[in-house]
This record gives sequence, structure tokens and C-alpha cells, in this order.
Amino acid sequence: MLDWRNEIRSAIAVLKLQATREAEVVEELNQHLQDRREAMLASNLTARQVDEALMQELHDPALIAGLRATVRSEPPSQPAGHDSGEQLLGRIWMDLRYAVRVSILNPGFALVVILSLALGIGANTAIFQLLNAVRLRVLPVPKPEQLAAVRIVDSPHCCTGDFYSNHPDLTTDIWNQVRQQQQGFSKIAAWYPTRLNAGHGIESRPVSTLMVSGDFFDVLSVQPSLGRMISPSDDYRGCGAQGAVVSSGFWRREFGGDPEILERKITLDGHPFQIMGVTPPNFSGIEVGRTFDVAIPLCAEATISTKGPSRDPVAWWITAIGRLKPDWTVERASAQLTAISSGIFAATVPPQFDGPARKDYLSFRLGAVRVANGFSTLRSNYQEPLWLLLCLSGLVLLIACANLANLMLARASAREREMAVRLTLGASRPRLIRQLLTESLLLALLGAAAGVGIANILSRLLITYLSTQQDQVFLELTPDWRIVCFVTGLAVLATVLFGLAPAIRASQVEPGATLKATGRGFSASGESVLLRRVLAVSQVALSMVLLVSALLFVRTFQNLILVDAGFQQGQILIANFDYSPLKLPEASQMAFKRELLTRIQALPGVAAAAETLYPPLSQAGWDGNVDIPDGPQRQDVRLSRVSPGYFETMKMGLVSGRDFNYTDTPAPLRKAVVSRAFVVKFFGKANPLGRMFYDSGNRDQPYQVIGVVNDTKYYSLREDPAPIVFVSFTQANGPQERSTLMIRSNESLPALISSIESTAGQMNPGMVSDFSVLKTQILDGLLRERLVATLSGFFGALATVLAMVGLYGVISYLVVKRRNEIGLRMALGAKRVDILVMILRETATLLGTGLAIGAALAFSAGKIAAAMLYGLRSRDPLTLAIAVAAMAVIALVASLAPARRAASIDPMTALREE
Amino acid sequence: MDRELKRGSTELLILSLIEYRARHGYEISKLIEDRSEGVLTFNVASFYPLLYRLEQRGLIAGRWVEKAGQRRRRYYRLTAPGKKVLKAQRSTWRDFVDAIQRITEAERA
Repeated sequence: MLDWRNEIRSAIAVLKLQATREAEVVEELNQHLQDRREAMLASNLTARQVDEALMQELHDPALIAGLRATVRSEPPSQPAGHDSGEQLLGRIWMDLRYAVRVSILNPGFALVVILSLALGIGANTAIFQLLNAVRLRVLPVPKPEQLAAVRIVDSPHCCTGDFYSNHPDLTTDIWNQVRQQQQGFSKIAAWYPTRLNAGHGIESRPVSTLMVSGDFFDVLSVQPSLGRMISPSDDYRGCGAQGAVVSSGFWRREFGGDPEILERKITLDGHPFQIMGVTPPNFSGIEVGRTFDVAIPLCAEATISTKGPSRDPVAWWITAIGRLKPDWTVERASAQLTAISSGIFAATVPPQFDGPARKDYLSFRLGAVRVANGFSTLRSNYQEPLWLLLCLSGLVLLIACANLANLMLARASAREREMAVRLTLGASRPRLIRQLLTESLLLALLGAAAGVGIANILSRLLITYLSTQQDQVFLELTPDWRIVCFVTGLAVLATVLFGLAPAIRASQVEPGATLKATGRGFSASGESVLLRRVLAVSQVALSMVLLVSALLFVRTFQNLILVDAGFQQGQILIANFDYSPLKLPEASQMAFKRELLTRIQALPGVAAAAETLYPPLSQAGWDGNVDIPDGPQRQDVRLSRVSPGYFETMKMGLVSGRDFNYTDTPAPLRKAVVSRAFVVKFFGKANPLGRMFYDSGNRDQPYQVIGVVNDTKYYSLREDPAPIVFVSFTQANGPQERSTLMIRSNESLPALISSIESTAGQMNPGMVSDFSVLKTQILDGLLRERLVATLSGFFGALATVLAMVGLYGVISYLVVKRRNEIGLRMALGAKRVDILVMILRETATLLGTGLAIGAALAFSAGKIAAAMLYGLRSRDPLTLAIAVAAMAVIALVASLAPARRAASIDPMTALREE
Repeated sequence: MDRELKRGSTELLILSLIEYRARHGYEISKLIEDRSEGVLTFNVASFYPLLYRLEQRGLIAGRWVEKAGQRRRRYYRLTAPGKKVLKAQRSTWRDFVDAIQRITEAERA
């Protein structure tokens, strides 16, 4: 059959039709001419006549003229690969739609990717949320950058005395001077966070209270949502119990949001306060991690406790916050405070200070410090561990990305034909990379979205984890721009990490070779194998780092739990009693306390009970300086006051001498029981019993050693044995309105609480009491260590699982690729064992390289974490050995299945497939 | 046949031929030729521009159809607007022919 196509094409070439349109016209006319030719030949015309006639028809000018009027109005075609701005958006949209279709076609693959990323991004985001909340957020008040705290700065000898609250910056006298003399702040206020008991007797419960000076809410620019805030007119000397402001949360929780709240009163430590206002809902206080329930004027402190800090010249209890004048900087305000420091300290020297203490006190300097982020102990405690955990979770995400990259590579192989076809049809390589990256980005964004959900759950769990009976953590977690940036950044980073290399690889297919190949789409390029090996090695290395750090932190926590604190930790109940509501006459207070202790000791189930000023490891304590006659002077020691029977109750072990007893009555010469470390440090090998020492600088305040006890931990489990001095309550200088009893029992501690409460209630129902378990309190003190150990352990486990999956994938891939080679080897006489060994050797190489790099990384990373370890060094050989062994086992498990599959290849089948 | 007369009527012829079934280009031109017993013939140059113009105006729609054992061909069918135009043209044409007939027959009678 004669083909007219070339003739037609040249005849209509002048029309310059779009390629597809031209092809259609050519095909249609060609068929027409062929049909006509056949018909004409059938009517007895010669072939030559027919062809001449048809050729004439084809070159009739009417054809061009007619066609020009119809088909010419097609839009001009767009040359491939040239984007203008608008078209780029359109094409991205097209890429995105294509990506959605591809993902829907492979739901399993998409789900694996999204889930892995959701876990990785979720863990990172959860930790970042906490970090953001404790470190980066600013106070929810107008212009927080103008706020600054006034405190003693650059003074290494700061400070001696009694410390209250978490931020004990100033004494009453210093605060009064600062308020009068400062110039940099338009307004300045003082505050003191404490816990008071709301309600009466047994019914009472602790509420978190802020005592604030009159300008406090003005400094912060906080407006009431109901009533009014505390103002300077409420805060004056001798104000007694007047008005209180409640927080919005407390108003809702305790008063059910009662609109008549301003008519009501709240009883705090037995004093009724008229409620005069409610703070706005977004104001949760100025301490990060803590909220407050009630605020009362600072002047009420003197009424609430008769022996409180407001009248004590050595009580550090006030925190000061000011708002800078418009044209003042923090630096300028700080300089002004430094300039007035010497005058302020000269005017406020506590009368009881001796020469050296006086000298230290006069050397203090005041300064201003930015507090736009609020005040926080959480920050100093958790900032470092949280950064560290963020690094660890970042590593987990890296390992997950390496796995996904492997998966993407495998998929890129499967899609080689698709890529080859698209290249043949004129797509450019950058265009293909863009398409594949869009697919990865879509998955990463979906993963990130799911990750945010996981993060919200995780971070709330973490906050619950950080909250203890004593210390409820309250953190603002609503997402802000930092969280959004962080998550988006992670998603984009993940896309680049797991999507870029496979995308580049996929775009490098050779269309000709790929389309001709009839195989399953496995291209045997050496480059791809190398990439997979590099991925596997980095996974092993990173897992090694995570595993080593997890082991270090878990073992640190274990060491701390198992360390001998020098006393019995278990089966001890701490009972706190507050007698102040009873208003006992001073003379009968000591007798009352002794009676209570005796009754509790007599309770069935109580093995022993004694009083102490500070339970060990409670983070609270009493430091002092002593002089040793003919020995060292001004020595730091730790002190505690205990009742007779304390050492027996705590099973502290009396080494020599005797315990206190009730015949040790108040006298100038105070009996002391000292710790071994005290004896070793100050008396050496000499017999310490009967030896004397003095309060530093006061020869008229002597102590006499009557006994020696074993060393105990005082503030923290991490500390080395310190010299400790115990003195007796029986010799106490004055009565106390509170007491802390340590109660040992072999029975269930919670069951004991009710019988203790009823005993106390029988003595006087107005007593306020609360209970905690010593072991729980000690464990709460290890919260930081436990958090790091738990999370790093979790990340370590996750990393090893991911690395195992990664290794399995790579080894399986290698086995498939070397199928023919293995078949050939077996045909030439290799035994199955040889093949098994060959594959395992491959694994060993990957593992060895990974472990070497990982160990080097772990060593350098260990230096950062060294300060957080206890009882082992960051280069602990045992830890390293355990990690290596664990990784080796995991690698063996991961490669055993593919290796056995390799060894069971049938050589004939494998060779036939070639 | 006169060229002008032919162009005026061809649209109507094409539309009528595909009124009930889709046909390809050659089939349409062959049917016109056969049914007019050779009075009306078309060549490629006159027929396809017309066909494409009808398609462009949306009166007919072409579609490539592949049948087993045959080359694929472009089949044209009548669209909804095409049906309306056909109806209108048909009645106009009938009126015209009737008018011509009345005039020419009357002289003879």
C-alpha cells in the first residue's frame, strides 16, 4: 500500500501545526488517499494516472487555504523545560497531584515512611517543645524585654544566712534600700513564692502563694479580669491579713468560676483574706514550670509567721523585678545598681556578722539581669539534659532517614522504567529530581503532621513524669512560631536526607539500556551498592553512639540508686507537722512536740521514730562555719538538729561514743555527734570524743563531740562524704512551730498515715500535717537522671532496631544482586558454608567500619555528657564492650536470614535466570 | 457541478450522513459521491477543510477509533449543536427547493 505520509507532511509543512495535530492530519489524509487510490485503480485507471491525479489533489492550493482557516488557531506550543514564575507554581501543583496519586497507589510504602517519620519527628518535637517552654518562651506580659531582676552578681562569697524559695536574691533590708535608691526602673517590685495552707485543720490543703509588693502587677502590666489587683495602698507595714488576688485557674478550679467571688474570703494559714480580684487567664505567674493560686501583699508575711524571714536580717527571701525606664538599657541600670552597692551593703550589715563575714558582705555587688523568659529552676536543672536528649533524638531521626533512603533507593530501582520513559518523552533530569523530591516532601509533611500529634501526647507525658508530689510542673505548650519552624525544618531536612540521593540516582537512568532490559528493573550499578553500604555503615555508627550513651546514663542511674547513702532509705515515712495554727504558748511547745513523738513511737507498726530539722537528700539544709582549736579555722560544715533515737531510726550506725538523750538540756556547751569525715578532716587519728570546736569567730559558742556516726549523703547522692555536725533538739535554743518526724515501720507506710493522723488529731485537731515517703522523695531527687536514662534508653533501643532493619535490607539487597555470582561459585564447587561465610563476612565489614566510626564519635560525644555521669567515666570500657557485643548480635541476627537464603540458592536456577 | 452551490449544500450533506451513526472521512465523501451517482464529488483539498471547520464550530466531533484487525480511523459524529443546525438547514433547504420547484413547474404547466 502506497504511503503518502511524507508527501502530505511536506505539503502542509507551511502551516507549522502543533506536532500532535499535524500527526493526526497526516494520518487521516493518508488513509483517505490510500482508500481513494484503491477505488480508482478498481475503475480501470492505470496506477500512474491515479497517482498523478491524487498528487494534484494534494497540492491543490485550496487545501492549504482551507486548512489554514480551520486548524491554524491552535495555541502556540510551550517549549519543554522553560518555566516562567506562574508556570512553576502550576507545575509544582501538578507534581504534588502526581505525588498524591503515586502515594495512593503504594499505600503500604507511604504508610511505612509516614509512620517512621512521625515517630522520629514526634520525639524530636516533644523534646523541643519542653525546651522551648523552659528556655525560649517569653513571659506572657506586655513588652517582656523591658523586665529585669535585681540580684547580687559577680560575688563569689555570696551569701551567708538562711535561704527561702527557689530564687532567694535579697534580704528585707537590701530590698528596701534598692527600692529607694535605684534609678533605672520606672517601677520595681518584690515577690516571694511560698506554700500556705488554705482552709482549717485536717481539711486544709496547700496552695501555691505569691507574696508580692504593691507594684508587682503594675511592673508586669497585668490587668485584672475581675475586681482589682494588689496595689501599693495594700502593701504597708503592719497591714495584717487584708486582700488577696486569685489566679484564673484557681478561681475556676476551687470556686467553680463563681461570679460572686469578690464577696468571698479565703483562709490562709488560719488568716482570712478578702478576695478582691482575679488575674487574666493567660497570666500563670512569672516562674517557668510553676503556676500560682493566690497572691497576697508582701506585708502580710509578718502576720502569717511570727518568726518569718521579713524580720530576719540574714534571711534571703525576696526576688526583685523591675520595668526599665524607656531610655534605659539593662546594662545602664546594672551599672547604676553597682554604683550604689557599697552604700547599700554598708547600711545593711547584719549585726550578728563577725569580721570575715562582714568583709565578704561589704564586697557584694548588685546588678540587673534580663528576665524576659521568666524565672526558673526547671531551666537550670533541665536545660542541659534536654539539649542532650534533643541531640540523641536527632540521631534517631537520622537513622530513620537512612532506612527510608534505603527504601527509596529500592523503589527508585523499581521505577527505573517509569523514569526512562519520562526521559525519552523529553523530561529533563532536574525535572525528574523535582518530581521525586516532591513525592518525598509530601510524605515528610504528612509524617510531620502526624509527628506533631505524637509530640503533643509525648510532651504531656513528659511533664507528668517531671511532676512530683512536692513539685507540680506547669508548662505552657501551645505551639508558637518556633515549634512551627522547628517541625517544618525537620520535615524539609528529612526530605533532603532520605529523598535527595535516591532522586538523583533515579534520574541518572540510561533510558536506552533500561527500556531494552527485560529484567525486574534491578540496575546493577556499583554506585548504588556503594550508597547503600555507606548508609548501612552510618546507621551502625550512629546506633553505636546512641547505645553507648544509653548505657552510660542507665548505668549512672543504677549506680545512684545502689550507692550506699549511709542510712536506711526504704520503709521510712516523713511526717511534717505544723503547730502554728494552735497558737501554743512558747513554754509548752517543746513538751507538746515530745508528747506527739512519744505517742507516735507507741503506735503499733511503728518500729522507731525521731525528729530531724532536715530529712537527708531533701535538697534543704543548714551550712555553717566552725573553728577547730589549734587547727583549721572557718571550716565549712553541714549541720542538722535531731532528737534522741534519730541515728537508730535511720540505722546510721554509731561508730563510737553515745547518742543524744533527754538529759542533754539547753546549756552553753552544745553536745555534738559528728560524721567520720568530720573526724578524719579535723582530728586525724586522734580520739575525737570529748574534743571541742566553736562557731566560727565565737569562742563563747562551743560544741563538744559525744559521738561519731558513719558518713551519710546530705544534699545529693552524687556528693563525696562531707563533714556533718548533728546537734540535739533537746538543747535547742528556742521553740519551733513545725516538726519533721522520720518514722520507720516494717508495715505498709500508706496504711500507717491514718493512724498517725488520728493520733495527732486526738492531741489537737487544729494541727496541719502532710506525709511523704523518704524513698519516693529520694527517687524524685533523681528525676533528672531517671528522665535522661529512660529516654536515652528508649532512643538507644529504637536506634538498634532501626539499624537492624537497615542492615537486613542492605544484606538482602546484596544477596539478590549477587545471585548469579553465588550460583556460579556453587556450580564451580563452593559449599553452602562458604557462601554463608562470604555473606557474613560482608556484614562483618559493614559492622566493623560502623563500630569503629561509632566508637570514635561516642568518645567525643561522651566528653559533653561526662558531667552528668556518676560512678563511671565516659570512656568506660565495660560500657563500650557491652555496646559492641550488642551491635554484633544485632548484625548477626539481621544478616543470618539473607545469608541462609544465599546459601540455599539453587545454582542451576540462578544461572538460568541470567 | 457549480462550486458555490456545492459548498453551500455540502455542510448539510455531511451533517445528514452522520445523523444516526459516526462515519470516517473517506466513508462520508464516498457516500456523497455514490448516492449522488457521481454528480457530487470531492477531493482531499475541498473536503477536509470543510470537515475540520465543522468540527471547530462544534457541530461534529471526531474521535480515533481502533477496531480489531483494522487501522485506527477518525470517526465523526453529530453533536447536540450539530443536530439543531441540521434541523434548521434541512427545513431552509426544503423551503428553497419547494420554492424553486413551484416556480419552474408552474411555467411548464
